[in-house]
Amino acid sequence: MMQEFPTREVSTDLLIIGGGMAATGAGVEAAYWAKKHGQKVVLVDKAAFDRSGAVAMGLSAINQYVGENTPVDYLSYVQQDLMGMCRQDLVMDIARHVNSSVHMFEGFGLPIWKDAEGNYVHEGRWQLMINGESYKLILAEAAKNAMATLGEDGEIVERVFVTHLLLDKKDKSRVAGAVGMSVREPYEFHVFKCKAALVAAGGAVHVFRPRSTGEGLGRAWYPPWQSGSSSALMQMAGAEMTSQEVIFIPTRFKDAYGPVGAWFLLFKSRATSSSGRDYMGEGFKEGGELHNWLPYGAVKPIPTCLRNHLMMQEMYVRGDGPILMQTHEAIEKIASGAPDEKTKKKKLKELEAEAWEDFLDMTISQAMLWASKNIYPEKGPSEIAPSEPYFIGSHSGASGAWCSGPEDLQTDESKNDYFWGYNRMSTVKGLFAAGDGVGDSSHKFTSGSFTEGRIAAKAAIKYCVENPDRPQVDEAKVNELKEKTYAPLKVYEDNKDYSVRDEHVGYTYSEEINPNYIDPKMLMFRIQKIMDEYAAGWGSQYNCSATTLNIASEYLRYCKEDLDKVAARDIHELMRYWENVHRLNIAEAHVRHKLFREETRWPGYYYRSDFPKIDEDNWGNFFVNSKYDQEKDEWEMIKRPNIRFVKIEKVVGM
Amino acid sequence: MPSFVITEKCDGCKGQDKTACLYICPNDLMALDKEKMKAYNREPAMCWECYNCVKICPQQAIDVRGYADFMPLGASVVPLRGSEDIMWTVKFRDGNVKRFKFPIRTTPEGTAPPDGGFGYGPGTLDDQLLATEPASLRADELWTLGR
Repeated sequence: MMQEFPTREVSTDLLIIGGGMAATGAGVEAAYWAKKHGQKVVLVDKAAFDRSGAVAMGLSAINQYVGENTPVDYLSYVQQDLMGMCRQDLVMDIARHVNSSVHMFEGFGLPIWKDAEGNYVHEGRWQLMINGESYKLILAEAAKNAMATLGEDGEIVERVFVTHLLLDKKDKSRVAGAVGMSVREPYEFHVFKCKAALVAAGGAVHVFRPRSTGEGLGRAWYPPWQSGSSSALMQMAGAEMTSQEVIFIPTRFKDAYGPVGAWFLLFKSRATSSSGRDYMGEGFKEGGELHNWLPYGAVKPIPTCLRNHLMMQEMYVRGDGPILMQTHEAIEKIASGAPDEKTKKKKLKELEAEAWEDFLDMTISQAMLWASKNIYPEKGPSEIAPSEPYFIGSHSGASGAWCSGPEDLQTDESKNDYFWGYNRMSTVKGLFAAGDGVGDSSHKFTSGSFTEGRIAAKAAIKYCVENPDRPQVDEAKVNELKEKTYAPLKVYEDNKDYSVRDEHVGYTYSEEINPNYIDPKMLMFRIQKIMDEYAAGWGSQYNCSATTLNIASEYLRYCKEDLDKVAARDIHELMRYWENVHRLNIAEAHVRHKLFREETRWPGYYYRSDFPKIDEDNWGNFFVNSKYDQEKDEWEMIKRPNIRFVKIEKVVGM
Repeated sequence: MPSFVITEKCDGCKGQDKTACLYICPNDLMALDKEKMKAYNREPAMCWECYNCVKICPQQAIDVRGYADFMPLGASVVPLRGSEDIMWTVKFRDGNVKRFKFPIRTTPEGTAPPDGGFGYGPGTLDDQLLATEPASLRADELWTLGR
């Protein structure tokens, strides 16, 4: 017997989808403007708001603080890092507000390191050191307190996974709500009706095969609960998406993916090839490898992808791996500056605590890995390695929705292409985005994502106030989606008798192996294998071509056709199913974008082996965008201009 | 593995309104066996080792054994989280033990003020100022093009 799932309807003016940094900023800001203008706000999170999103574990640094620098300084760094590709209006917009967010974090109660004079301790030019075990929890608390000021007009809904957005019955280019499934009893099917929706549902992990595939499957660098929902929800609703080809490959301590930022920036550590070659220095020298990637290769800071590229050359071309972080060398150098033995000992003790806190705040597994292998950073080097690819528009990636920027950060030239009324609104009316949900607005990290959430929330409330007529939800569509949502449970019920543990009855003894269905995890593994081998994962040493991408496309299509043959045994598995449907959507978008851009712009992220060079003349002035028509199951690829209206005189480093 | 429940210590949070680890796990991994009133990790290979279940458990009934793929056995990392700081005990495979203590917040639990202590500014829906600006910027005005 199939279980019946009660429907819960929630009506609101603004619906915030997500619970991470961007959604938290949105909650804080939306509450203020909503209260002032009599609007209702609902935030829906797939987990527990205290510890949801990418910062669930904590963090050891705030990576975007502009301080005394200008937004143009920050822009110069971001544009350089992304090989010339970013929306200048969006990047400067976050940069001009981000100090405000960081100062608020301090007011909420986040411990930010300070020096003897009371100034913030910087890790690098843009980065601040924090005691960040409770970073997310403290910010969520501020958002909860903000939402509480709305009384009945503010609600936080936890443990509901949003599967689809709803469009207006009459105007298919306007958002009308969303549907989702609760993973807690009584397992209600949620129908949200809203005037505006703000999608801040994270990036995507586990689209590509991770390097650890056994028990360590979950030890991705970005958390495994990032299922590409921001992208899938918006792309499936017909929003124009951008830079879905711009994947991010973080280089981190090998296997546990502990952070390297403090080692490189704070402790000034060097990374070398196995034989001790200073490959970054060599690459930068006149005639070095970086000069094949002009104009970006010859300017410091070396872009993230190019640093990866140099490392990959050592590993895969010269065969001089593994790559080593010379931790002991850095510690010795800092300690040797001490005037006497006693001060040196004290300094060493301090450094030890700082180094371990860096891991314990945000990647506890890395502390466990060092302890389990008896690694003492003061005694010898540690391996670092490039990871599997991630979708993370908030970091050194760029994937996300194509959104309007702020009106005042445009020129006559940019206004036509970059501004359509409401800041951070996508091409679907009333549909806003923030954090990993917004494309071409890279390097916002946690503080910038929170900030972008604030920016988008204010604009969304403005939209609600100026567009008071409520969109109409198509009830037939809602019913259809409800049936679709729970269909994998029915596939299981209908077919489970083929696999029983009772001897000699049915076909197999394993529930997972059944002639009539596969389980959601196998769907994920299939996507991962396709992406890894044909779309430039670590297994193909980050190489792809039109040939392999077309194969990937074909195989992903089979996955799509098989979606109605995936079974879920319970509600938890049902959520996994929908997460993987979202992964499949971003995988498909990614492959199409990679195929469309006929150049290798981000070596070290991926290589088009059939177009192995950067092609500034033909591709430097365009973003690759796409639109998906769900009714027709058709994709449209679009070129949008990369308008660099602010001329960068000098790149300001890290 | 990686996070696992020490069954003799776990009581399923029967005295509380919800089972803490089920409530907090960001990846919906923890489940409760209602007959035995014991929690368990139902999908250990999807565990990020974020330690939120370990930190929140009122019985200290959850521990982590490192990912078998790449961690030799014998080490442990154990947190003890208070209202102002967290203590970590890191035990190495060779028996060495290190202890660390770090602050976690500067305000009392539950009191984070939504305005960060800056109050609300003069902004309206028609300008670019966010709620607490310009005070929270610690600047007189918001930056824009041409200034």
